[in-house]
Amino acid sequence: MQSKPITLTILDFVSVTVLMIAAYLALFFAPTEAVMGDVQRVFYFHVGTAWVGLLGFLIAAISGIAYLVTKDLKWDRFEVAAVEVSTMFFFITIVLGSIWARPAWNTWWTWDPRLTTAAITELIYIAYFMLRQGIEDPEKRARFGAVYTLLGGISAPITFMVIRLFRTIHPVVIGNQSAAAQGGFDMTADMRTAFFFALFAFTVLFIDLIWHRIRLGSLQEQVEQLKLNASA
Amino acid sequence: MAKNPRTMDRRRRTMDKDSTRIFHGRSSIVHRPSIWKATLAIVQKDLAAELRSRELISAMLVFSLLVILIFNFALELDIKVRQSVTAGVLWTTFAFAGTLGLNRSMAVEKDRGCMDGLLLAPVDRAAIYFGKSISNLAFMLIVEVIVLPIYSMLYNVNLFQGGLLGVILLGSIGYTAVGTLLSAMSVQTRTRDVLLPILLFPVAVPVLLASVKASGGLLAGAEFSEILIPLNLLIVYDVIFIAVAFMVFDYVVEE
Repeated sequence: MQSKPITLTILDFVSVTVLMIAAYLALFFAPTEAVMGDVQRVFYFHVGTAWVGLLGFLIAAISGIAYLVTKDLKWDRFEVAAVEVSTMFFFITIVLGSIWARPAWNTWWTWDPRLTTAAITELIYIAYFMLRQGIEDPEKRARFGAVYTLLGGISAPITFMVIRLFRTIHPVVIGNQSAAAQGGFDMTADMRTAFFFALFAFTVLFIDLIWHRIRLGSLQEQVEQLKLNASA
Repeated sequence: MAKNPRTMDRRRRTMDKDSTRIFHGRSSIVHRPSIWKATLAIVQKDLAAELRSRELISAMLVFSLLVILIFNFALELDIKVRQSVTAGVLWTTFAFAGTLGLNRSMAVEKDRGCMDGLLLAPVDRAAIYFGKSISNLAFMLIVEVIVLPIYSMLYNVNLFQGGLLGVILLGSIGYTAVGTLLSAMSVQTRTRDVLLPILLFPVAVPVLLASVKASGGLLAGAEFSEILIPLNLLIVYDVIFIAVAFMVFDYVVEE
């Protein structure tokens, strides 16, 4: 039985702390947005979770390729961890986005490119878990999982490009001048602080959760091995 | 060896033309057919089997007609609605019928141990992928070629336009390229038949959307330049996914 590394325990505390600071910055420190009011505060966590969600899917595709090249199961554990954590964060992103969209767009949901791509990406990774569930052999499960994350990673950006052919109302907050009509806004310095701190906090939390999930994966493997030994 | 050197020479030349040779040990020579020949052989096998049983195409065809029938009542396809939804109805029908065919075509290989035979054959694995893809594409195109005139006749729209047929071809290529790869995966899982559409649809969304967009534009009488963007995306998708599937197919079938 491997004991929990001390660095991981420290990281647990650090991520809880930075998350609390990020919450404080988003809820109290950042000024209230002039047009939308307090509901705009959801934006800091919405972008934070979206960022780590996408980061995780990218990491999953890369570790999928790494697994296919090296055939080392540690890459598979890394891939599962990334997909699992990111699927959760991405779901939070969608929920937070809906909470914001209701007062801002007057609808919970709209078939805009980003929203549709987010929904399809989420479905791809749910399908990923269903695929893995149907396979017993760990080596085959890892291979198929790697192939599917690769396909998903390529398909999602193309989906986005295709749906962009249809009209969009999702605001582009950073680097866009004409976004005000869609519910976009200019960030003040304090807003920027809260925004970038939220990105940082979620990245720390993301690393912490992935680390936990990888540890869980290797423990699971040990249990399976022990069971095999006991029955043999 | 008292053979005529000229016939020997000629034979070797024809052999070199369409096959590469692998030397095993010192004396025995295994002739490995070229990838084109192997692909063609698999396509031929599938088409011959289908020609005799006709179980796959007839199932896909009847299913397609039923889907159109359901759409007719679900959407009340009167003349106004029809103009805007024809492309969507067609592509939904093709996608559903396509999964049916993809599933069956791979399940047949798996069930009777044919896949093992194919994998044991001294051919490039890519030939198996391309062979299965091409025959799946052929099945899908045959069904489409029958469904299109029936739809044209039922709803009095002319679907036989060069551009539309081109879009349908490109869309079907992309769909079967991913579908063949994923069906090779899904048949090896516990939940096989159920899993294929769940795996395939989210990944195939771009190809379906671009196809619907392009076909809808063509049916509405849009200029060619207007549908150029979805058409380009369709071609990009086809090229990328054929390349990726070709590269990873080995990992999907290896034991």
